Amino acid sequence: MTDTAAAALALGDDALVLSHRLGEWAGHAPVLEEEVALANIALDLLGQARVLLSMAGDEDELAYLREERAFRNTQLVEQPNGDFAHTIARQLFFSTYQLLLHTQLAATDSPFAPLAAKAVKEVAYHQDHAEQWTLRLGDGTDESHARMQRAVDALWRFTGELFQPVPALPVDWQKIQETWTARVTDVLGRAGLAVPAGPQTGAWSAGAGRQGLHTESFGRMLAEMQHLHRSHPGASW
Amino acid sequence: MATAAPQHQAAGTRPDQAADLGEAGFQAVFDAAVAADERIEPRDWMPDAYRATLVRQIAQHAHSEIIGMQPEANWITRAPSLRRKAILMAKVQDEAGHGLYLYSAAETLGTSRDELLDKLHSGRQKYSSIFNYPTLTWADVGAIGWLVDGAAITNQVPLCRCSYGPYARAMVRVCKEESFHQRQGYELLLALSRGTEAQHAMAQDAVDRWWWPSLMMFGPPDDESAHSAQSMVWKIKRHSNDELRQRFVDICVPQAESLGLTLPDPELRWNEERGHHDFGPIDWTEFKEVLKGNGPCNEQRITQRRRAHEEGAWVREAAAAHAAKHSTKATTHEGRAA
Repeated sequence: MTDTAAAALALGDDALVLSHRLGEWAGHAPVLEEEVALANIALDLLGQARVLLSMAGDEDELAYLREERAFRNTQLVEQPNGDFAHTIARQLFFSTYQLLLHTQLAATDSPFAPLAAKAVKEVAYHQDHAEQWTLRLGDGTDESHARMQRAVDALWRFTGELFQPVPALPVDWQKIQETWTARVTDVLGRAGLAVPAGPQTGAWSAGAGRQGLHTESFGRMLAEMQHLHRSHPGASW
Repeated sequence: MATAAPQHQAAGTRPDQAADLGEAGFQAVFDAAVAADERIEPRDWMPDAYRATLVRQIAQHAHSEIIGMQPEANWITRAPSLRRKAILMAKVQDEAGHGLYLYSAAETLGTSRDELLDKLHSGRQKYSSIFNYPTLTWADVGAIGWLVDGAAITNQVPLCRCSYGPYARAMVRVCKEESFHQRQGYELLLALSRGTEAQHAMAQDAVDRWWWPSLMMFGPPDDESAHSAQSMVWKIKRHSNDELRQRFVDICVPQAESLGLTLPDPELRWNEERGHHDFGPIDWTEFKEVLKGNGPCNEQRITQRRRAHEEGAWVREAAAAHAAKHSTKATTHEGRAA
């Protein structure tokens, strides 16, 4: 596999898996407006995933016929939805990263530039949505503050992986990490939330997901996602 | 209700004229407006019973959109291709949007979304009986698009001309998106019908299970329909239940043929004399059982809706608390500036 295809897979898997997680919210959101918003974000991400996976091969083969160890998404995006605060914390961390990454990519002459130019517009909306909710929950009631802090703390150790350089992406990873840290610190501060003191990676090295090492819930997610497609080999839908 | 409150003007009259009319006068102006196919708007005078009927109907319609998200959302995580997954997500999102338009339309009549949701959650208001059926296979997503959305459109297109303006305008937007969903459902079934043997069988099974419940969506037969006559006079309703049901059957028969699927009714045949298809009897006992809460999914649907609402309470409270703090700050700031 070429470096470009490998990079397309990494970014495509991030978008595909996070889109799937957001799709699980349909019919369960706390308010109708969030049914619309979460589905909207999920759709944007799925659209990105389809473009990216198609750069690496056949989108459906890649989505439905690879096993867990072949997926290259970061562990952050596969984390279960948890409560609304967990979903928002995951969105804040990921959308801030995606916005910085795609803003840089859009300005390059890499094959990812056209996708990145389109994605930046979508992701800016996702980042705004996550930021607004982080402020509301962090600076809302005592309960929402506590839940938001727990969510930020729980997901913090998955954020380091985001800055593991992906070969073939001509971006300044250190700059992305610095800007990400500054922005997330700013949002958390305005929400009255503490930036977690713990490490941004777990005991396993950063980049585990990118190497196909995932967390336990991911296999179950794939089982559900792939079941129907795998039950009808060769069928078209 | 203060029916003749000064801010309520009779349809088509200026406030200075309306002030002198009195209750009977308002009624006459209202009747004339309806007869002339004019639109009644939120600030116009309207009979209490007209207002109550509309609140009930629009609320039930809104509730159906949001409960109706469940049977389809059941397949989002299992959709068999990324294209189908995107289509299904977009559809479920549209349904939430339809719910929002419709709650807004209902709110113009002096109720609130919170109040209506309370009534849904406590079982005091209903939603369409069709959503109490389970989606057992992927083909059900197609059958819902083709048959359930098809029946909904047949019901709703005439509502675009409903006498109450906000409802009619909401229906124009809803119907555009619904027809898109219906075509997608048809196309999904077509792909299955022309696919492998197993896919074809899956499509046929889904149509077999959804056909009769779809026909029930038009409501009880005309001679048993409690609200029909009054709703027709008020031009909330434009056609009878049986007329719309017949129209739907006539549309579906040739579509089923092009799909290469059969409809599960041995009595279904063209009647040259009537210029319509005859069809077999509907199992109204089943319909009544489902309406009473004894359908396959009544309990599950309402439980999930209540749970989403209850588990989201802290989020809504946080948003309200944050907004209150924010608006206090803004006011204080303006105060200082002044």
